[in-house]
Amino acid sequence: MEGFPIISAIILAPLIAVIILIFVNDKDHGLIHGIAVVATSIPLALSLYLLFAYDMAKGGYQFEENIPWVKSMGINYHVGVDGISIAMVLLTSIVIFTAVFVSWKGITHRVKEHYIFLLLLVAGVFGVFTSLDLLCFYFFYELAVIPMYPLIGIWGSANREYATMKLTLYLSLGAVFAMLGILSIYFVAGAQTGHYTFDMVQLSQVTLARGYQIKVFLPLLIGFGVLVPLAPFHSWSPIGHAAAPSAVSMLHAGVLMKIGAYGILRVGMGLLPEGAAFWMPVVAILCLINIFYGGMVAMARKDMKFMVGYSSSSHMGYVLLGFATLNHIGVNGAVLLMFAHGIMTALAFSLIGFIYDQTHTRMMYDLRGLAGKLPFVAIAFAVMAFASSGLPGLANFVAEVMIFVGAFKDYPVQVVISVFMIIVTATYMLRAIKSVFFCEAMERWEGIKDANGFVEKFPFIILIAVLFIVGFYPSILLDIINSGVDTLLARIPVLPPS
Amino acid sequence: MYIWALLILPLFSAVLITLVTRRHKDLSSYISIGAVLACFFIVLPIFLRFVGAPHTEHLEGSFRWIGVPGMLVEIGYLIDPLSVLMLFIVTFVGTLIHIYSRGYMHDDPGYSRFFACLSLFIFSMLGIVLANNLIMIYIFWELVGLSSYLLIGFYFEKPAASDAAKKAFLVNRIGDFGFALGICVIFYASGTFNFLEIAHQVHAGHLSPNTMLLGSLLLFCGAVGKSAQFPLHVWLPDAMEGPTPVSALIHAATMVAAGVYMLARISFLLYAAPPAATTVIAYTGAITALGAALLALGQSDIKRVIAFSTLSSLGYMVMSVGVGSATAGMFYLMTHAFFKALLFLCAGSVIHACHTNDIWHMGALSPKLKITATTFILGSLAMMGVFPFSGFWSKDEILSAAFANGDMVLYGAGVLTAFITGIFMTKLILVTFFGKKRYHGSPHESPPSMTIPLIILAVFAVFVGLVGIPSLHPNFGSFLGLHGAEHGAEHGFNMTVAISSTIVVFAGIIIGFLTYYTGTIDPDKMYKRFRGPYRLLENRFYIDHFYDNFIVAKIYNQVARISTFIEVNIIIHFCINGPAYLIRHAGLFLRSTITGGVQHYTFFMVTGVVVLIIVYALT
Amino acid sequence: MVTLTHYLILSFLLFSIGVAGVLIRRNIIIMLMSMELIFNSVNISLAAFSYYLHSLSGTIIVIFNITIAAAEVAIGLAILVAVYRRRKTVYVDELNKLRY
Repeated sequence: MEGFPIISAIILAPLIAVIILIFVNDKDHGLIHGIAVVATSIPLALSLYLLFAYDMAKGGYQFEENIPWVKSMGINYHVGVDGISIAMVLLTSIVIFTAVFVSWKGITHRVKEHYIFLLLLVAGVFGVFTSLDLLCFYFFYELAVIPMYPLIGIWGSANREYATMKLTLYLSLGAVFAMLGILSIYFVAGAQTGHYTFDMVQLSQVTLARGYQIKVFLPLLIGFGVLVPLAPFHSWSPIGHAAAPSAVSMLHAGVLMKIGAYGILRVGMGLLPEGAAFWMPVVAILCLINIFYGGMVAMARKDMKFMVGYSSSSHMGYVLLGFATLNHIGVNGAVLLMFAHGIMTALAFSLIGFIYDQTHTRMMYDLRGLAGKLPFVAIAFAVMAFASSGLPGLANFVAEVMIFVGAFKDYPVQVVISVFMIIVTATYMLRAIKSVFFCEAMERWEGIKDANGFVEKFPFIILIAVLFIVGFYPSILLDIINSGVDTLLARIPVLPPS
Repeated sequence: MYIWALLILPLFSAVLITLVTRRHKDLSSYISIGAVLACFFIVLPIFLRFVGAPHTEHLEGSFRWIGVPGMLVEIGYLIDPLSVLMLFIVTFVGTLIHIYSRGYMHDDPGYSRFFACLSLFIFSMLGIVLANNLIMIYIFWELVGLSSYLLIGFYFEKPAASDAAKKAFLVNRIGDFGFALGICVIFYASGTFNFLEIAHQVHAGHLSPNTMLLGSLLLFCGAVGKSAQFPLHVWLPDAMEGPTPVSALIHAATMVAAGVYMLARISFLLYAAPPAATTVIAYTGAITALGAALLALGQSDIKRVIAFSTLSSLGYMVMSVGVGSATAGMFYLMTHAFFKALLFLCAGSVIHACHTNDIWHMGALSPKLKITATTFILGSLAMMGVFPFSGFWSKDEILSAAFANGDMVLYGAGVLTAFITGIFMTKLILVTFFGKKRYHGSPHESPPSMTIPLIILAVFAVFVGLVGIPSLHPNFGSFLGLHGAEHGAEHGFNMTVAISSTIVVFAGIIIGFLTYYTGTIDPDKMYKRFRGPYRLLENRFYIDHFYDNFIVAKIYNQVARISTFIEVNIIIHFCINGPAYLIRHAGLFLRSTITGGVQHYTFFMVTGVVVLIIVYALT
Repeated sequence: MVTLTHYLILSFLLFSIGVAGVLIRRNIIIMLMSMELIFNSVNISLAAFSYYLHSLSGTIIVIFNITIAAAEVAIGLAILVAVYRRRKTVYVDELNKLRY
């Protein structure tokens, strides 16, 4: 595979599929599904290849491709991956691959258009996670956001117009803030070196003044924080999940939320290490709101999608807490949690979507005793719930333990509250299991059918398998993530000045 | 290397049953029994080797599981007398209960699922026992919690069972909250999770007393949850909603004892920490022991009575660790595993025969269920601690330790507990097996697959205590070799303690006999006389009530409700939809200038130009 | 002597008449004619500047303008005819479909 542009292939595979889909007869659903499966299996295969071909001993960015785009402004199509991006690309490719299978039965009208937008979105996400050029990053980010609007607006469920408007506005707002920071870095670093460039690798060589770093980290934090979503900018996310069709919820919670965290890591901490060191204690306080408040709201929600939505915002709080530690244990744990949580929420939304397709309700108290009717879904749901509540053997546990251990030194209060919130997570997850699957079945749900056959079971099996594999053998990802975190943390001042 | 098989076999069995042999009942049960039996035969030679030469070097082996700079987590095993003893108990009792379950569960639709869960449990339990570091013990700690959840909720169609499962998991989680923090504290102070390395640092004095105090108390929280100590004891009685073999295996013999095992494992830390740590542990144990014994008096469900007696026994063990004798605690753990598993399995056999749990619907069963009745009585005698049954020796060790410790409150609590145990166990025997016939139908003895385990367990329940006779050498204490870690260490056989406890137990038995057999003391009159206290007992001191109606309903749910109120009204409606509303209305206002008349627009344009010209001319 | 000022005054007057026509008259045809008047007032001033400043660029722009004005009138009248066919009116105050 020497010299083969792997990363471009990952980004282009869905884009080419989009072009092909435009010319396909929109009645031919089999062909459309087939194209989507092929278009998403290529990135999956390639990202698995990246995982094993990446040279951890060498570290840094590998598989780089650098083509000038707008030379006069220093914009390049510069892509490449390090350990952190590989984890994220792998997450994205797993989630989109399974999302295609979930949409197979779930989407019944305008199938072709659905896949066109879905694949556009995912191409954007791949671009975001591999860009090494700030403008490229921004470009791909917008490419990922815009398709969300029609995807929720056309194929969504209740309250979709409100949800999609809010979501798009919020995501664009976040992007604008981040753009402010990015442009500022471009001009200031350019003025300092005399060489204007958006290239992240080159920008990370520039040592910016500490005061400036502190100032400009803030818009980046807010901008990416909106995407994370950092409380109190989080309200777009649960309703977005709730209104979106399953596949989009999966991508949204599984992947899009991680873009914000990834941005904080790559752009914020990568380019402004001292700014990060200054602001991280503040992040550690803010994330507490996410963790506690998100969890408590999830506790009171009866709609399962809202419950998982708020729980996601609570879990993203753990990720931020991990970042705030600025040590290897915590940051590695945070990146691993991004991965694990992505897979776990994708599983959650695909299952809730499945139940919704069968029963047309997501209210947990309307459902009862489904375990007898849907044994497979019940087991999958239990795996998801236990993963979410941090049970060992599943991927989230490792990540959470690392975050707690890493954060305990600097932020013991946060750790106490976070560990407590694990109990709360277990409470609402077990309550959901109990009220949906346990007790005696209701007559209303006499006719519903369990996941049956390859297409319906396959996505659940993949996601569960990934949770187990990473849970049993976390080093498969941790070693490679650590190689990325190593370079990132090397530039952060050791003792964060208070 | 073959030690890894202890973990791999049961896990493999659980996975195989779940994925492949789900539909073949017999095959599933054979796989599961085979796995646990194989584990037993792996453990047996190691156990015998350690018994033959107690001071054999411990074995340790491990591989890297998570490694990032600054944190290394291993999966490893530590084989020393303590873990070998526990391995032996778990695999031996486990094997018997697996065999028993084949008979007990024979016509249950979830037969294969049951055996898969049992295998999962054996896997997790062996993981706890083998663990050589805190993270690993925590991992398997959680996994036994999971298997317990699955098994308590085995009859998931029953609301009570699914509630009990949820409660067990969550209450355990509360204990684990402290456990996890304790691990963080220890890791922060010592930089390692490995028991031997931590022990090394403790002995070298690297850890400050405050750290050790905090660490041991937080780790103790884990034991409080898992071993169902006050105030987290509420899950164990409810856990009896699970099938009876589960109650025997998990909620009496092994899992609940894991807390005590863990305390013994970290005893080097507990005894090096300031004495406040052990005092808290001892008093928690004493409160649990006494309180649970009292509660057992007020129950009439055969399994619940035994469940409360288990609570009481666990309190004994924890108290024993607290008064400085982890050895005595482990000894009691061993004898308790046999007699309590025996009692539960007998109870299962009775329930199997009568199809009810209520002892007032039994009575006069001894001629019908000869083996069950005999073994039950033997188990009860062991439980009460009658000389020379196993319970006598182990209870005596604990009482001597408490006596030697010098805190007469703890000693008094122990003796009082023994007295009350005598009463309610006598009541249980008499009401269930003797007196008037109150059962319906025709109960008959259980099949051999159920009675043979009973007999084997009964033999152990009677005789296993003899290994701990203090004057023997080598005996149990020297085998375990935990002495180095204890302060008031050498307390021999104390005649005063032995005689006084025996007298007290017989007093209890006599009172029970007078009340429930001869009727000299009329229970109904007693009930009328002590109505208030009896109410208190029936309602379990209102502790569950307090949790459900105050902590959960008032605090927990209210916080959630308030958060949601803030979310929906303040954040979404006010902070987010508010500005959106303002902007929309500003837009509506400005819209009125769009008249659609071309001339209006032109007029504005021209006016603008004129104004600009005037401004330009003026400046 | 006719000076630049005279031409500019003429141009200004024509421009004002044109603007007034656009603003006041309701008939689109008259408005179009008024717009032509505005155009031509500009053309006059451009031509005058060109003459007095001895530069050809002004004249060139005038020629461009006349061409464009012709095209514009053609399109404008075409739209007008289309609108009239549909709405049966040429009065602007009745053509306010783009109202909010």
